[in-house]
Order: sequence, then C-alpha cells, then structure tokens
Amino acid sequence: MRWLATACAVLALALWAAPHVAAQAGAEGGRALYLEACAACHGEDARGRPARGPSLVGVGAQSADFYVSTGRMPLADPDDQPVRAPPSYSRESRRALIDYVASLGGPAIPRVDPAHGSIAEGKALFTESCGGCHQVVAQGGIVPPDGVAPPLQRADATTIVEAIRVGPYTMPSFSEAQIDAREAESLARYVLSTRHPEDRGGWGIGNIGPVPEGMAAWLLAGVALLLVIRVLGKRAP
Amino acid sequence: MRALVAARVAWLALVALVRRPRRAARAAGPAEDPRERRIVATPRRERLVLALLAGCVACAAAFVVLFLTGDRVQLEGLALGGSLAFLAAALGVAANALVPQVTEVEPRPRLEHPEEHAGLTGEMVDGVEGISRRRLLTAAGLGAGAALGAAVVVPAASLGPAVGDAPWETPWGRGRLLVDEEDRPVVADDLAPGGFLTAFPEGADKRELGSPVVVVRISPETLELPPGRGDWAPEGFLAFSRICTHAGCAVTLFRSPKYEPTAGHEPALQCPCHYSTFAVRRAAEVTFGPAPRPLPQLPLVIDAERRLRANGPLSGPVGPSWWGVRGR
Amino acid sequence: MSSLRFVDERLGAAPAARKALRYVFPDHWSFMLGEIALYCFLFLVATGTYLALFFEPSLERLTYTGSYLPLRGTEVSAAYDSVMGISFELPAGLLIRQAHHWAADVFVVAIVLHLLRVFFTGAFRKPRELNYMIGVTMLGLALVEGYAGYSLVDDLLSGMGLAIGYSTAMSIPLFGGDLAYVVWGGEFPGADSIQSRLYIGHVFLLPAAIATLIALHLALIVRQRHTQFPGPGRAEDRDVGTPLWPGYALRSLSLFAAVAAVLFLLGGLVQINPIWQWGPYEIWRGENGAQPDWYLGWLIGALRLMPGWEPVAGDATLAGNPFFGGVLFPVTIFAALYLWPWLEQRLVTRDPRRHELLDRPRDNPFRTAVGVGGFVWVVGVFTFGAADRVLVSLGFSYATQLWIARVGVFLAPVVAFFAAYSACRALQGRRSVAAPHRGGPA
Repeated sequence: MRWLATACAVLALALWAAPHVAAQAGAEGGRALYLEACAACHGEDARGRPARGPSLVGVGAQSADFYVSTGRMPLADPDDQPVRAPPSYSRESRRALIDYVASLGGPAIPRVDPAHGSIAEGKALFTESCGGCHQVVAQGGIVPPDGVAPPLQRADATTIVEAIRVGPYTMPSFSEAQIDAREAESLARYVLSTRHPEDRGGWGIGNIGPVPEGMAAWLLAGVALLLVIRVLGKRAP
Repeated sequence: MRALVAARVAWLALVALVRRPRRAARAAGPAEDPRERRIVATPRRERLVLALLAGCVACAAAFVVLFLTGDRVQLEGLALGGSLAFLAAALGVAANALVPQVTEVEPRPRLEHPEEHAGLTGEMVDGVEGISRRRLLTAAGLGAGAALGAAVVVPAASLGPAVGDAPWETPWGRGRLLVDEEDRPVVADDLAPGGFLTAFPEGADKRELGSPVVVVRISPETLELPPGRGDWAPEGFLAFSRICTHAGCAVTLFRSPKYEPTAGHEPALQCPCHYSTFAVRRAAEVTFGPAPRPLPQLPLVIDAERRLRANGPLSGPVGPSWWGVRGR
Repeated sequence: MSSLRFVDERLGAAPAARKALRYVFPDHWSFMLGEIALYCFLFLVATGTYLALFFEPSLERLTYTGSYLPLRGTEVSAAYDSVMGISFELPAGLLIRQAHHWAADVFVVAIVLHLLRVFFTGAFRKPRELNYMIGVTMLGLALVEGYAGYSLVDDLLSGMGLAIGYSTAMSIPLFGGDLAYVVWGGEFPGADSIQSRLYIGHVFLLPAAIATLIALHLALIVRQRHTQFPGPGRAEDRDVGTPLWPGYALRSLSLFAAVAAVLFLLGGLVQINPIWQWGPYEIWRGENGAQPDWYLGWLIGALRLMPGWEPVAGDATLAGNPFFGGVLFPVTIFAALYLWPWLEQRLVTRDPRRHELLDRPRDNPFRTAVGVGGFVWVVGVFTFGAADRVLVSLGFSYATQLWIARVGVFLAPVVAFFAAYSACRALQGRRSVAAPHRGGPA
C-alpha cells in the first residue's frame, strides 16, 4: 500500500506543480516572444521606454490578457489608438506572452460570471460611468479629437471586467473599491445583453437614436410617399 | 453598413423616379382646348376595386384579432398599415381608372377691384365726417390699445424669477461632505488614479443645477493650477461642476491617458453634446470645442477619515452663460 | 337624392355644394406634397389624442415596476413611467406611440419638400406672398411642436435636449437669462412647471395655432386658386385640372389612406425612440452620440461648429456662445425665407405682376441659385452634426472634420450657387424644336 500512497502523493504534487512549471516554461517561451514583439516599445527589461511604451512591471496577467487576446497589442505605431484586431499570435503563444508579463507581478485574470450580476444594476452603473463614452447601449462613441470608445458587442465578460480595471488607452480605470466584483459582473451582464437589445418596436436601425431615424423618415417614408404621389398624381402634359 | 446600402438603393430609386425621360413638347398653344371627359370604367376594374376593399376589410379584422389576442407590435403594424394600404389602393384605382377622367377649365376669379377703391375710401371717410381731431383720436386709440396689451402681458412675469445670483448659489460650502448617488460618503482611496466618479453635496437636493460634481484623480506632480488654488487638489483629487458651461449637458467623458505619448491628449473632462474639452491639470481650461468658460472648480480637502469634503464654494457660476455671467 | 334635399332644406347649401363639387384642382404630382403634410398633421392629432389619454404629464418621482426588467427598481418620473406603460403594457400602445413619432418626423419631411417645390417654382409670388409666409410660420411651429412633444417623455436624450434649449435661451442678449427663467420657472431643471408648460403647449397651444394657420392656408388657396405649370390651354387667367368630384376627392382620400398606411407600417416595423434603452433623465447623466430629432440636426451641427467665443463688453456678456448656432443661424434662415418674396420682387425681377403660372427652376436662375446655395448651407451644417458617427463608423478624425466643415459650410454654398446658376443658364439655352411655349417638368 505504501507504494500506492507515494504514487498518489507524487501525482498530486505533479498536478499541483504542473501549471506552475508549465507557466515557467511558457514564461521563458513568452520572454522570447516578448523580446521579438514588445521590447522595441516596452524595453528589454519591460520597464518601458520613454515616448514609446509604458512599464509592464506590475500590470499583471489581467492587463496582458486584455491587450493581447483582443489583438490590441502588438501595436505598430505607439501613437495610434490600440483597437480590437485579429490577434497576431496563436493561442499558445499568447498564453506564453501573458504568462511572461504575469511573472513580472500584478493582478491575475479576473474570474467573471455574468449570471451572478443584476442586469438592472448593470444598466444603472453603465449609464453612470460608461455611457458618456460608449453610448448608453454600448454602440460606441467618440473621445475627441480622434479617439473612439468602441462598440462593445464583441467583448466577452472577462474582457469587459479587465477593461474596467485596466482603463486601457485613455479609458478611466475603476478599482474594486469603486466597482466591486459583483457590480463588475452586473456590468458584464448588461454589456453582454447589448448584443441583443430589446427591440420591441421593430428594426432597431443601429440603436443609436435620431440619426438613423431621420434617415428612415427620408429614405423609407419620404421615398414611399413620393412614389405614391407620382402614381396618384397627374403629370403636366 | 446595411443602412448605407439601403440609403444608396433608395437614392437611386429616387433619382430614377424624378428624372423620367422628357416627352417631346407638344406643339400646342393656349388656344388648345384641354377639356376632356373619358369614361374608363370596366367590369375588370370594378372587380379590382372590390378586391382591394375586401383586402382592406380582411386586414382590419386581422388587426382587431391581433389587438385582442396578444402583444405583437410588428404584426399589428402590418395589419393596420396593410388595411390602410389596401384602402389607399382601392381609392387610387377608383380615382385614376374607374371614375370618369375629367379635365375641366375654369376662369380664375378676379382679385383686384380697382373700380371699388374710390367707393371704399369714400365709405371710410364718411365714417369720420365731422370729427375734427382725427389724427389725435386715432393715435390715442392706438396708444390705449398698446397700453392695455402691455398691461395684460405683465402677469407673464410670474412665470419665473429673474436670474439674479442663482447660478452662484449652490449647496456647496466649506466642510460639506461629498456623497455618491446612494448618499454614501466618497472615500478618497476608493478612486483609482486615472478614475472618475459623480458626487453630490450631503443632504442637498441632487437635482439642483449646482449640486452634481465630477471628481477625478490624477498624479499630483502634473497639476498646473492657477495661483490661489494650490491646495484645491489634495493628492491629485480634483472636483468640478458636472454641468457644462456651454449648453448645460452633464460632462460625462473622462479622457484619462495612462501614459504620456497617447498622442499628446492630456487628461480632460469632455462633454458628450458638443465635445467641449476641459483640461483637468489646468483647472478645467477649455482646450477644444465650443465651451466659452472653464468648469467651476470645487476646492477639496481630505478629512481625517479619508473622506472628501468641499473646502469652500464653487469657483464660479454653474451652467451656461447669460448676460450677467461675468458680473460678479 | 334625399340626403341632399335634407341638407338643402335646412342649410340652403345646394348652390354652394354644386360649385364645390365642380371646383377645379390643377394637376401635378408635386402639388400633393403639401397634402402629405396636412394628413400627417391630422394623423398626429388623432394618435396624439389617444396617447394623451394615457400619458401622465408629471415629473413626480416613483419606482419603475413594469415589465422591462433592466429598469426594475429604477427611480423614474411619472411621465417616463406612463410612456413605458404605453410602450410595454398598453395593447397596441407602442404601435400608436411609434406611429405618432414617425408622423412628426415625416410631417417635417413633407413640409420641407413642399417648401422646396414652392420656392423653386416661384409659387410665392404675388398674390401669394401672405400664404407663403403662413407656410413658413407653420414650418417653425412644427419644429417647436416636435421638440416639445419628445421632450415631454423625460428620457435621457430629450432631457439633454431640454438642457440645451434652456442654455440657448439663456444665451440671448440682454434678456435671455430672465427669459429662460420665466419659461422654466427658475433655474434648470426648473421644478415641475416646465413639464406642465410643455404639455399645454404641445397638446393645445401649438396644435391650435397650427390648425388655425392650416385653415387660413387652405382658405387662401381656395380663394386665390392653386398655381399651375404652363401647358396646353393654360394661361394666367384660367385654371385647368380635375374637378373635386369624383376625381380629386378620391385621389386625396387615397393619399390620406396611403400616408396613414406608411405611418402605421413604420410604427410597427421600424423602432423609433426606444426610451427603455436610453433610460430616464437626470441632470448629472449624459451619453455619447445623443442627438435631437432629425429636423433639429441643423442646430446641433451649428452648435458644434461654432468656436468657443463669447463677445464681452466689460462685465456684460453680450451673447452666450450657443446664441450663434442656436438662435442667430436659424433666425437668419427663417428671415431669409420670410423676406424672399419681397427681396426677389424688389431687387431681382422687379416684376409687380400677379403670377398664376409657375416657373421651372431654370426660368429664374438667380432664385434657383440662391435657393440651392441656402439649401447647401443648411445641409452642410446639418451633416456635420453627425460627424461623431462618421468617426465611429469610418475612422475619420473628428477634429479634422471640424476644420474642414468650418471652411466648407461657407465655401460649398458659394460653389453651389455658381454651379446652379450656370446649370440654369445652360438648360435655358436648350430650346426644344417644336414648341413656342414649354410644357411643365416631367
């Protein structure tokens, strides 16, 4: 029996250690990727380079996952706004990169279960803190002179909460003291619901209000009624 | 994107509609008699109109059924709209293809009657025969009418007060605690660097224009406040009126770069209505957009329990400009 | 017929009725644009009356407990709550509410199209100057009426719009501040008096004013008779067209039904003003991409275009910044519209005669060029009002659009003026072979 107990202990140890070992291996592979893709702006020591990129020490897996998984990083021109794009690397490579940045310290990837949140609370919080840039149904808005707060329908729950904590680019950041974990889940739940807004009145025409409504008044009603009076009315001889 | 495609298609339809090929101008002058009367009814057309009217009835019945049995907005719209469309079609076919097509000519009425002018003037003059001070009486009558009209309008002044000092009179004063929308005190450490939140004076009416403020937190080394406001932003916490000085909208954007070269866009509060931009390092100085004045600033102090309190009233009048906004 | 005899024996109406039935209406499809506006107005009164039976014009606060879950437990005004009830609880409520709002948008579309037709064909010339000015007044009233109507709901977008209206009033020189306080009963948001004032304005004062002007407008048309395009048998002294009975009456009723059909189809199929998505208004709330209804888009464009300057003399702020985009710009446009018949008659054509036959746009190149230039000016400013969506969708910098527009909205009308003028001249040069007189447009 002793050999069985020893085998179990070794197995348990291996299972516990494996992610850490893999992370270590990943981190090393990640460092190679980092040097190739990121060091030019963030520095070989990841402490940032003036006028090019900030320090990554202490930003954690949370920030790295946000930027790398959404394809915002690597960024070609440090003066550009990082925007969602097809990620540049495979999932394994991204994992390695994130692990490397995580090894420099900082918050982990948050665990988010939107079902725990309240959609009403999420809507109130979103209107209060987010709608000013992202539009109240998360259809996106502008941050002049040329910034865009993007539409959020493609974001998943984890990305949403990561963004809230990180405050990417010129977005403000919100600590757990200001928006706690459950409120963050409520926000995630609300944002996810904007993929299918309650369009009880028919075709939502973009859910951004009077601009498409005016277009519909002219191009649907206006054109239809012009057609009607052309058919009904006589022309001059 | 779909909207743009639909718009283009509709535009092409519209252009095709309006620009029909021109018929060659007919050699005809005003002498030609355009009168005509054509009988155009046929049994087929009569049946068509009847069918259309039947369609109208069917859709109307469908609407009633839908109304009574459920909550389907789109189907209700189709039924009611469809019913009216059938009716429109029936009436249109009747007008253009069923009833006799008649073109008639009618002389236009004469509008001017110059032969009456002398008589008309005469009647008016007769009406004041014998009165000597015509001009004075007329002027007096008009003056009386104007005076009475002005008097009657005066009660409109009760509709509202004069502006007076109202935009300077807000609930903010030294020692007033900042609270959030749920009346919980705002604790300084709750606000992350680069973050923002909305706050109100404790115990005051949140819906008073001077109440809502926006609190931001930036790094204290970057502050460039005007003289006299050196201690208004403890530890980099700044508070400003949330009501834009351009047109009264709530200033709900905070452009918060974490890192300098983000295209030189310094931390700024911005208004979503017309995009006025207020640089927070320099006490909400206007750097873009149509706002004419900076946001009034609220001096802050962090008390012993790390809560934010006002250290005085707002630095200026709240809200948009009027004639007297610079008068105090 | 016995019914006719019934009426004649009591009202003596037979001769008048006979004359009415034979009244001749000149035919052209473009003459029906004004009718579309009329039927939109009647539709608005009918649907509006129904909505008013369920709307609660009060800003008293209560907690939403209706069926739209994301707002459950939120504090809203009674007005907002009643419109949510109409939209979610009342059978066919949302259909009628949306049809009403679409009708307001289409009402102004029809008026604008009608105005363009009247302007470019010179229908405002003597003896119709007064009727034209009545029409321009109705356009102005329609804009105010629509604004008042959607502001009653107290949702986030219209609340932001009311703040801007208040600020624009404040910005008027001398008395603007007190004017705003008089209308709002004090400082914005103005207790609850603004709500009852908007309500009485929207359901009574403005519709009564518009209805009275419509009646005058139609009465003048009947008295003066409608203009018509030149053509066979037409001349300044006679009217050629379709008699009221049966053709014109049936055609008009058909158009009424068609307008109502289009409005109910839109009302059921295309969503408008989904206030549950915006949420209720509070003075500390705002959102990116908020816009007024389309017919006020020219004003948001103007407010955004204007640089942040206010003329100051000592302590007095001569005009607040919103004055330029929000008051001076629309007043200039409306003043130009009101004065045009007189300006044209005095300065351009020097033609004191009465006109019953219409021009084609090419027949008066200066008028057409001025109209095109003015239209391009307004449309340019209007288009800039949506520049933020252009950045979101197409990535074109807002600041760059702003600088281009600040020059472009003045340059484009000048270019358009000369282009239109040359086009008219060129088209005039092309005479068709056969006719000494011309037919109307196709």
